[in-house]
Amino acid sequence: MDFATVFMEVYPSLFSGLQMTLKASLLAIFIAFFLGLGSCILGMSKIKPLAWISKLYIWIIRGTPFIVQLFIVKYGVPQVVSMFVDGFNISIFQAAVGTLSLNAGAYMSEIFRGGIEAVDPGQMEAASSLGLPRSRAMIKVILPQALRISIPSLCNQFIITLKDSSLAQVIGLQELFYQGKIYVGRTFKSFETYIIVGCVYLVIITVLSFVIKHIERKTKYGQKS
Amino acid sequence: MDKKVKVKNLYKSFGKLDVLCGIDLEVEEGEVVCLIGPSGSGKSTFLRCLNRLEEATSGDIEVDGYCISDKKININKVRENIGMVFQHFNLFPHLTVKQNIMLAPVDRKKMNKPEAEAKAIELLKRVGLEDKADNYPAQLSGGQKQRVAIARALAMQPDIMMFDEPTSALDPEMVGEVLQVMRELAEGGMTMVVVTHEMGFARDIADRVVFMADGQIVEQGPPSEIFTNPKEERTKEFLNCVL
Repeated sequence: MDFATVFMEVYPSLFSGLQMTLKASLLAIFIAFFLGLGSCILGMSKIKPLAWISKLYIWIIRGTPFIVQLFIVKYGVPQVVSMFVDGFNISIFQAAVGTLSLNAGAYMSEIFRGGIEAVDPGQMEAASSLGLPRSRAMIKVILPQALRISIPSLCNQFIITLKDSSLAQVIGLQELFYQGKIYVGRTFKSFETYIIVGCVYLVIITVLSFVIKHIERKTKYGQKS
Repeated sequence: MDKKVKVKNLYKSFGKLDVLCGIDLEVEEGEVVCLIGPSGSGKSTFLRCLNRLEEATSGDIEVDGYCISDKKININKVRENIGMVFQHFNLFPHLTVKQNIMLAPVDRKKMNKPEAEAKAIELLKRVGLEDKADNYPAQLSGGQKQRVAIARALAMQPDIMMFDEPTSALDPEMVGEVLQVMRELAEGGMTMVVVTHEMGFARDIADRVVFMADGQIVEQGPPSEIFTNPKEERTKEFLNCVL
């Protein structure tokens, strides 16, 4: 066992893998945030068919494994679309980010719904009694509070998405885990390499958790910190 | 005198439970009406029907010249003229005191920020809290919160103020400060409908006291009459318990 040697050898490729992991998952989280918010608002619509779209979306994403979704997006969708659009293709990165976004978006939609339902109904009543229409009350009063309530769960989803991005190596995304695997394929140093890969995830997620805790404290109203 | 509130034959039921069974009530401009009665008698539900926070099952409600029971009216526009104060304050916790008061005037009346801010400060002076303008609701006591809630409702310059048990959630030593603000409001000529358990307040301030029980108005009249010489058995019973 020789962690030092393995680390020195593997770290350039792990570093490029880490960059890919962060790029893909940060982008996916960003897209998923708006996707989730949109789906959540759609789901609360009084127009039933709109609400069904959101329900259908969540139902499909929650009910199928992530890895199956990845293959559908990367291989299934281009096959169908290329029948109509010549030479249509989805790059590995697009497929990975797309699937991660769709996946996280569905879960975030439920997180937002939970957040909105957790806001005291008296808040909507107070806003209504001042003459604010439902949509304005939602934007000005309910959503800011719902988002604040959602932060811990969103943080959790963030971490899940970051880790799920390692699954995208099955469609060939050259992220952190993929790079480790390639190195093991050449050197057979499984133990050291995978421990190092695991540690990198651990460090990244620990740092991230700190940042999010900080944001949570900053957004706490009432106690000026 | 103008009638500010006209309610005719109002019924409200939640499923099989009949909460209001034929309420008739009129409130004149500048009048202060206190609704009293045992809990579950429908006082709060009645109040909430007046700005359609609860949809009436049947009956006619006219507030400030608008027919509330008409589904086609723009209820949001009408609500701008009806201030409401809640038992649990319902201040917006993510906004400062000042922002709480400014929210509706800026959003609805398209008032510009500096103007709304000046107005907010003026209202806070009126309720004696100008030094709390930049605090968050969580930093205030219950009595202070309720005074801010009153200022917030007043910011829309309503023609009518409705109070839903405004002092019921307060510690006893804070009741006085809120009642004082309400007293000044009443003396300033505001039309007020107040659901309350503060009999002393009702006696001092109300032009008329309405006693409700089991979804009906049992008895009403000037406070001197209701409190000293109630006619109905049900009223006597209730007053014996609370006085």
